[in-house]
Amino acid sequence: MSALVALPIVLPLLGAGVSIVVGRSRAAQRAVSIVVLTAVTVVAFTLAVVVDRDGSVVVHVGGWPGPVGITLIADRLASIMLAIASLMLLAVLVYAIGQPGAERNHVGFQSVYLILAAGVSASFLTGDLFNLFVAFEMMLTASYVLITLGARPDQVRAGMTYVVISLLASVLFLTALALVYSATGTLNMADLALRIGTIDPGLRAAFALLLLVVFGIKAGLFPLFFWLPDSYPTAPSAVTAIFAGLLTKVGVYAIIRTQTLLFAGSWPATLILVVAALTMLIGVLGAIAQGDVKRILSFHIISQIGYMVMGLGLFTVAGIAGAVFYIVHHIVVKTTLFLTGGLIEHHAGSSSLRKVGGVLKTAPAIAVLFLIPALSLAGIPPLSGFVAKFGLVSAGTASSQWAVVAVSLLVSLLTLFSMMKIWAGVFWSPAEEEPDVVPHPTGRLGGPILMIAPTAVLAAVSIAIALAAGPLYALSERAATDLLDPSTYIRAVLG
Amino acid sequence: MSLTLAFTAAALFSIGTYLVLQRKLSRIIIGIGLLGHGANILFLLSGHRGAPPIIGSGDPASFSDPLPQAMVLTAIVITFAVSAFLLALAYRSWLLTHDDEVEDDVSDRLIAGGGGFEDEEMADALVELYDQPTAGGE
Repeated sequence: MSALVALPIVLPLLGAGVSIVVGRSRAAQRAVSIVVLTAVTVVAFTLAVVVDRDGSVVVHVGGWPGPVGITLIADRLASIMLAIASLMLLAVLVYAIGQPGAERNHVGFQSVYLILAAGVSASFLTGDLFNLFVAFEMMLTASYVLITLGARPDQVRAGMTYVVISLLASVLFLTALALVYSATGTLNMADLALRIGTIDPGLRAAFALLLLVVFGIKAGLFPLFFWLPDSYPTAPSAVTAIFAGLLTKVGVYAIIRTQTLLFAGSWPATLILVVAALTMLIGVLGAIAQGDVKRILSFHIISQIGYMVMGLGLFTVAGIAGAVFYIVHHIVVKTTLFLTGGLIEHHAGSSSLRKVGGVLKTAPAIAVLFLIPALSLAGIPPLSGFVAKFGLVSAGTASSQWAVVAVSLLVSLLTLFSMMKIWAGVFWSPAEEEPDVVPHPTGRLGGPILMIAPTAVLAAVSIAIALAAGPLYALSERAATDLLDPSTYIRAVLG
Repeated sequence: MSLTLAFTAAALFSIGTYLVLQRKLSRIIIGIGLLGHGANILFLLSGHRGAPPIIGSGDPASFSDPLPQAMVLTAIVITFAVSAFLLALAYRSWLLTHDDEVEDDVSDRLIAGGGGFEDEEMADALVELYDQPTAGGE
């Protein structure tokens, strides 16, 4: 079983190498990527089942025992995240193959995409803070290339902001690691969890805040989110979808992991709740002001991050279970929405609300594919967003955090408002201006089958999440119980 | 010795921060490089000093801590790779606009101005710049 843990990192890296070797044939590159990501998805789901049944699976790479060796650990949270992330990577890959543009024109797309997949897997599975840094860098460097792949002026402009901000976060991360190492003498998370209790409480709180800032930049927390809505919309739709679905959530995962394992109770969680409420509110207000589908959706990423962090800030089993369920729901729904945004752009030649119109008549399939995740995002029953928000709100009322509960309900309403703004602008009203490029000729479906099919599958997955909400919520609760009791994690790593 | 290195790290951090706050990408790149060096020196300082850590060359208790050195090496390689990427980005920006200034986001400026620009030409130019054909159109 333990070999399974390394595969989600090793397979994509090997695949990236092979992809470069067979670079002359786009068909061979596609075959390599699809085979690799299908294998990773199967492995990840197997791992999720095994971990839930038998407990965490730990591998000490190279045979050096912890805390010295390189630790890979799949606990419940990591394996859930890995499973859902690999499914997204596979679906978006198929979409990218179907979409004219990014993937067809660049020999490097497939290999860079696989490196991104390896980086995401490594971030979830690592049991060591320094390896988390390396995994982040692997993921981010791949994302720098993907976001500037077209080398158009707007991509270069947005790429500059994105790369510089990410690099500053990385330098800050490295600084934090240096300080943590000199204070405790270890960076293995399990070992650190044991030792960090012995250092000065003030110092511990400072480390907690420093790492919150570092991961907050990656996750897009208020007030560190400003780079996100500027840079994400410039990338090709498939790339934006995978960034929106996964990259910020890796940041949220790192926040949840470090704050529960290392810093539980070391500083007031109220601050996290305040940040969560502001993130929700500012994100959704930003979204309302925008007039472009991709930018509206980008601001919604920020707003939704607030919900996940709110669950963490409650620091109860119910709250963190709500956050875990919310992340799973959000990854699927957000990716679907961005894929639909790409379909709109493909079908109508623009993603600006003023230049697109009447899509409901010309491509009803796209309208359905947009409506399902959009209503889910706003939290309309019986979709997955309703279950996720209900979980968080009931956890909030159970902890008597009325203010943040009120904000989260208000933000749901505003989310619905801005989703309806897209609906009215794109699907109902006629276009006010001509689109910038001539739309691709599309049939009744509204796009190539390879773009429609993965979007439809993901929309179906989001409905499946709602249907299987009971067992999934129970799984999230087990993951949350593990997170709030670090002793099982520590025992799994150190033996 | 340690104090000298600590001051060096502090100086690198402060110069790096100043440069990162500039508008030109070329200066920002140098700033990021310096910040990276500062963080690396800080990391190097986090282990204890001693003899070269080679097994068999003496008492292990007198060895310096090899772990931070190994980690810093990794961090240096990463910084190197990303700096190369940033330089390529700056060069591309120079090819496109004959400048490597990090500009404000066009759409942000449009919204901040309430959509109504006093200078009509400026507004048109901005709209044109923002509405470059995206993904599907290449």
